[in-house]
Amino acid sequence: MSTLVSNLELGFSVAFTFHNLGLCFLGCLVGTLIGVLPGIGPIATITMLLPVTFGLPPVGALIMLAGIYYGAQYGGSTTAILVNIPGEVTSVVTTIDGHQMAKQGRAGAALGIAALGSFFAGCVATLMIAGLAVPLTRVALLFGPSEYAALMTAGLAFAVVLARGSILKSIAMVLLGLLLSTVGQDLETGVDRMTFGVASLSDGIDFAVLAMGLFGFAEVMRNLTVDQARDVVHAKIGRLLPSKAELRQSAGPVVRGTLLGAILGILPGNGAVLGPFASYALEKKIARDPRRFGRGAIEGVAGPESANNAGAQTSFIPLLTLGIPPNAVMALMVGAMTIHGIVPGPLVMTRNPGLFWGVIASMWLGNLMLLVINLPLIGAWVRLLKVPYRLMYPAIVIVCCVGIYSVNNLPEDVLLTAVVALFGYAATKVGFESAPLLLGFVLGRLLEENLRRAMAISRGDLAIFIHRPVSAWLLFTGLVVLVVAVLPSIRTRREQVFVEE
Amino acid sequence: MRQTLFVLAVVLAVPLEGRAAYPERPITLIVPFAAGGPTDVVARIVGESMSRTLGQQLVVENVVGAGGTMASTKAAQAAPDGYTLIMGHMGTHGAAPAVYPDLKYDPAKSFQPIGMAAGTPILIVAKKSFPAKDLKEFVAYVKKNSEKLNEAHAGVGSVSFTTCAFFNSLIGAKPTRVVYRGTGPALNDLVSGQVDYMCDQIVNLVPQIQAGTIKAYGVALPQRSPALPDVPTTKEGGLPEFQVSAWNAIFAPKGTPPEVVKKLSDALTKALADENTRKRLLDLGADLSDKAAQTPEGLAKLVDSEVARWKKVLASASKDAPPPAK
Repeated sequence: MSTLVSNLELGFSVAFTFHNLGLCFLGCLVGTLIGVLPGIGPIATITMLLPVTFGLPPVGALIMLAGIYYGAQYGGSTTAILVNIPGEVTSVVTTIDGHQMAKQGRAGAALGIAALGSFFAGCVATLMIAGLAVPLTRVALLFGPSEYAALMTAGLAFAVVLARGSILKSIAMVLLGLLLSTVGQDLETGVDRMTFGVASLSDGIDFAVLAMGLFGFAEVMRNLTVDQARDVVHAKIGRLLPSKAELRQSAGPVVRGTLLGAILGILPGNGAVLGPFASYALEKKIARDPRRFGRGAIEGVAGPESANNAGAQTSFIPLLTLGIPPNAVMALMVGAMTIHGIVPGPLVMTRNPGLFWGVIASMWLGNLMLLVINLPLIGAWVRLLKVPYRLMYPAIVIVCCVGIYSVNNLPEDVLLTAVVALFGYAATKVGFESAPLLLGFVLGRLLEENLRRAMAISRGDLAIFIHRPVSAWLLFTGLVVLVVAVLPSIRTRREQVFVEE
Repeated sequence: MRQTLFVLAVVLAVPLEGRAAYPERPITLIVPFAAGGPTDVVARIVGESMSRTLGQQLVVENVVGAGGTMASTKAAQAAPDGYTLIMGHMGTHGAAPAVYPDLKYDPAKSFQPIGMAAGTPILIVAKKSFPAKDLKEFVAYVKKNSEKLNEAHAGVGSVSFTTCAFFNSLIGAKPTRVVYRGTGPALNDLVSGQVDYMCDQIVNLVPQIQAGTIKAYGVALPQRSPALPDVPTTKEGGLPEFQVSAWNAIFAPKGTPPEVVKKLSDALTKALADENTRKRLLDLGADLSDKAAQTPEGLAKLVDSEVARWKKVLASASKDAPPPAK
């Protein structure tokens, strides 16, 4: 315990210099901005800013880049709540209840609880990293391809729970998302699948394209066909922060979301994306009145937001303790460290304690700064909602187009987004929802790769999923979630049948 | 700043022949892989040094996709005015024709070689618990039990894919080749023991070997690498035929004017002679010994020999490949 305190002291002494504090603030600010802007994400930004960091000492460079990363998580939630556009993969779940809250005039409460929940999660995650980094890494190493495949399958079960309406339609969208995730080059053989000869699709459909199409453009189209009601709803501004009652309601989800997100974030291979979905599924299942979810339940924002921030922080653990990046952003951090002459690996903790603990301390400071940046902005964001929609939606469309184009500099991407938008609009008209499709899409690639890898290692033996304890448990959990989700709808249909007779 | 002004002054003092002197604006150096990887790091280190000599910034642009071939196609189609270069490597300009049947460029014909920057030696590494003391035992074990073993690689066309294909065909091994999306996940599963062995660039592996999370059996160099002095060479370990290096070299599109090529080549030579640059590269474990390939003509020869070599190796490897697991 005393070593923990002395290590944290070292860390804070490194992080609390004027120079590093300034870099932290800059990183967080830039991160928030790019999180708010759809399309461009932390990967592109960090890549662009890498050369800028060359003149900086390694600790300062890492602090700034890390700030960009979790700043983007905070920013992504803002657009998710305000205009139903997820800035990041992890903000998709926030759109479900967060935007409903905004439509009811409770945008301030939603933004507030997102910021507060994320801050709590950030603090807890920082403590976890400080105290439990090494044991947690050992847990992460238990996860092999079969465990991942089982985890992703369980994750797909969460998709069913996400549904507001028909379970069958939700499953259909998940399957469609899975199909869409197979577009692109097959990893094992190098052959292009379903790209129809379009070279830019060789790396798969971009998440931003689907998110902008289904959530951005389609939402604009939806709103333009119902515009009478809209101005009335936006007349109310509501409170700027969550009420005491809402805070009490959110306390449990925040804690549970933090734990879920923190654990899933450690898993290499982007386990962090599952955090928000798992948290939403959990909160919906244990809520006293699950029908509130999808209609503006604050737990549906508090839990997932805490989960995604906790996941973003704990995803640094494999990088700091093993030197192995768990996702693309961390891989960039590896590059940044390498360029500065520090090769990340298991010995960084002992060889460069100042760097290690300095980065951890700056994470907590970064979270504090983000809270300070975001809370006052809530007033400004909420007032933005009062702008008449006929002025807002061209701005949204233009920003989205620019955002998509900025990802790959390809006009085909923007066209593809338009096509997706048409589909998304038609689908919602018939009662299908977009969130399950995105979940299926995100999980599809991870599921397929790990399933095939597990099969390769086991030489085609499916029993490997049951033989390995962790994967067996995960599959069981997924099955339970699926059954529990589907059961009520079977029961009601039976009741309906009885009533009709 | 002063250097830039000096260079500008010199350039302006020279009588112009109706064509402005090169370079007069920043030069794009395309890197076919994600930022932070070995090729990217080499490109940034060398590029920084060359920027100082040329008086204009060498800006790295990462174009990721299809094993680096997307970036190479883009660079091949760029205007041959010396303002777009590419840091190609053993994969994009050596093994690519063998790996990708409908490649949209020719490593020799679509590019004007400038010079090799640095090579990253290849290591043979295995999980911590692998039952072999040295390379000889390792080769014997793999030969005998290869069907039960799992070899990790970072994707079709990657360095780990092509070099281990070579290794496997040399010793006649037929392991199950497990594919990962990049070296990070592959290394992760090697550390946790899910897979048995891997062939990869030294840059990614040094910290793991030093910490003891994986075992290194041999480095494919004629002499030991200064970054890992305890790892024997493949020659010492009884497998001298396994000599391969993931070389990284600068190319310009075909048709780039000879004066531009000369300027770039001189800047590269100067960068590789600079003490600071050399130290940073050597600290990473990079190999700067192949002086012949640092000239445009030497590089052209290397590309030709590499394309031929990998065509042969990968053709024989695919014949020996085990049928996919049913």
